[in-house]
Amino acid sequence: MDTIRTLALTRRFGEQVALDQLTLSVAEGEIFGLVGPDGAGKTTTMRLLTGILAPSSGEAWVDGLHVVREAEPIKERIGYMSQRFGLYPDLTVLENLDFYADLYEVPTSGRGARVDRLLAFSNLAPFKRRLAGNLSGGMKQKLGLACALVHTPRVLFLDEPTNGVDPVSRRDFWRILYQLQQERVTIFVSTAYLDEAERCNRIGLLHQGRLLACDTVDGVKGLLEGTLLEVRCDTPRRAAGILRSADLGRVALFGDRIHVLAGDPDRGRTAIEGALRAEGISCHSLAAIEPTLEDVFTSTLPGGDA
Amino acid sequence: MLERLVRMLVKEFIQVLRNPRMRAVLFVMPVAQVIIIGYAVSTDVRHVPMAVYDLDRTPASRDLISWFEGSGCFDVVRRIASEAEIREVLDTGEAKAVLRLNRGFAETLAGAGSARAQFLLDGSDSNTASVALSYAANLSADFNRSILAQRFSRTAGVRLEAEPVGLVSRAWFNANLDSRHYFVPGVLAMLVAVITVILSSMSIVREREIGTMEQIMVTPIGRLEFILGKTIPFAVIGFVDVALIALITVFWFRVPMLGFPPILFLGTALYLLSTLGVGLFISTVSATQQQAMMTAFFFMLPAFMLSGFVYPIANMPLVVQALTYLNPLRYYLVIIRGVFLKGLGLQVLWPQMLALTLLGSAMLLLAAGRFRKTMS
Repeated sequence: MDTIRTLALTRRFGEQVALDQLTLSVAEGEIFGLVGPDGAGKTTTMRLLTGILAPSSGEAWVDGLHVVREAEPIKERIGYMSQRFGLYPDLTVLENLDFYADLYEVPTSGRGARVDRLLAFSNLAPFKRRLAGNLSGGMKQKLGLACALVHTPRVLFLDEPTNGVDPVSRRDFWRILYQLQQERVTIFVSTAYLDEAERCNRIGLLHQGRLLACDTVDGVKGLLEGTLLEVRCDTPRRAAGILRSADLGRVALFGDRIHVLAGDPDRGRTAIEGALRAEGISCHSLAAIEPTLEDVFTSTLPGGDA
Repeated sequence: MLERLVRMLVKEFIQVLRNPRMRAVLFVMPVAQVIIIGYAVSTDVRHVPMAVYDLDRTPASRDLISWFEGSGCFDVVRRIASEAEIREVLDTGEAKAVLRLNRGFAETLAGAGSARAQFLLDGSDSNTASVALSYAANLSADFNRSILAQRFSRTAGVRLEAEPVGLVSRAWFNANLDSRHYFVPGVLAMLVAVITVILSSMSIVREREIGTMEQIMVTPIGRLEFILGKTIPFAVIGFVDVALIALITVFWFRVPMLGFPPILFLGTALYLLSTLGVGLFISTVSATQQQAMMTAFFFMLPAFMLSGFVYPIANMPLVVQALTYLNPLRYYLVIIRGVFLKGLGLQVLWPQMLALTLLGSAMLLLAAGRFRKTMS
């Protein structure tokens, strides 16, 4: 049975539709990534699924419970980490953990061991007497995760958990998520970072409240029709402009590399070389490559050619 | 349920007491304020600066002037020699009153006529002026009585023994009409209201503003547990402050405590129900702490003005009088003055207690009803 299931889930704020007819399902023990730019509706989805925002229409179930009719029992089974640091800055690491353990009525027997384990795997043990407000960004997020896990939830909702966190701490954070996955915890994570999305089992691409695609990472990449050609040359910015006006397919500039989505690889190759040579630009390399999520994103999103 | 509530309370107390500035605001400021205000707030009028314009310069005129001076109510600060100076002393505020005695004062007095003395007052401070005026009226009446007695004994040869009607007045509950006895307990009501309304008005909105509310909403904590957890700490702090201020009132300012102190604490408990209810209500309707603070101030000012703390309710227009029935301060003032100065018990104060109970429960229920565990 699916741990998370939504059916035409919609939320409007006045005239604006924040989430439009979202239908998706997430299996038990899966890491599902909700991917999209800022304002896509990721936070709204999180809040709807955790029962703190009422949907305008549509249905959703988490762990078999309805998010509106059974909002309170759901709360015993889920952990949630909001996008903004939601813990008390004037309480210490340990006090925050203890407070949440009490709110979830974690039995006092065995609680010490649970808290010690959480502190250990979040590497927060040396800082347990420090005020939460004085932690670094990465440590704050790990404390947030530890507090969300204090009652051993079945489903974990993480709203952009690594936003503004350095790459090393991000890797630590994901190491923890993989450990949790081994304990069959279902993880629903939202992110605007595409490299992070690649770490998920399945992803959903969300844009302006609409789900554009929902599949495994490879499946989503397969949605890209045609072959992706990577061009390395001098004056890449100028070259990209030339290729764009040559109308050879979608062109995206990534630093010193140009990605061109060609319908036919061989014809595309000749056309690119020809167009650049005509302008006196020499090609250093030109090869077909595996698309990244970023390529899919830039080609799927309306007006997304970066 | 109880465990969660207890934990919520522990958390609130840690947060409040960990902050040194908060500790000062909660426990040092009220004490300092009651001491300062206790000395400063007084409507007793003594030593009114007075100028004298004596055109008569006779023993009789000097007699009347010394009668004023000797009363302790007036201090002669200047003797004026010209008409123009009257204006000058009143304009500069050097004197609040001028006593003018025209030429021929003694002569008229020695005959059988009525001598005129003019008493000019600076009416810009109407309160002081009216008190000074009544002092002056009493002084001249006393002076008249002594003159009449002299005349009577001179003409009839016997001493005037008794007045036709002798009014013997005693002010009960505050024999010396010491305004401090009246005001200091009122200051207590005011300070406790300021602390509890402002703190509780910021409490819930603060969690919303710093983002902790969202995290709390996804926990199984009940609405009631959360609201109680946010209210009880301020109630406890309110009680501690009342106890501190009451001790200062009794032992420092020597305001008598004639009643049974537990009655005062019962009244306080019911009063806190209302102030915290108002505060929580403000907290549920405000989006930011700043908004909550402003709204709290807008509540406080009329609450003080229309409580009977300074201005008697009986003097207010009927519509405003009706409004004061919604003001918790109105009832609490009656209770504290009743307990401190009159030694009243429940058999007299029960209507006030009942009113506070109703008002407080209504406010708290309204606030709790507005509080939701969801966002909008």
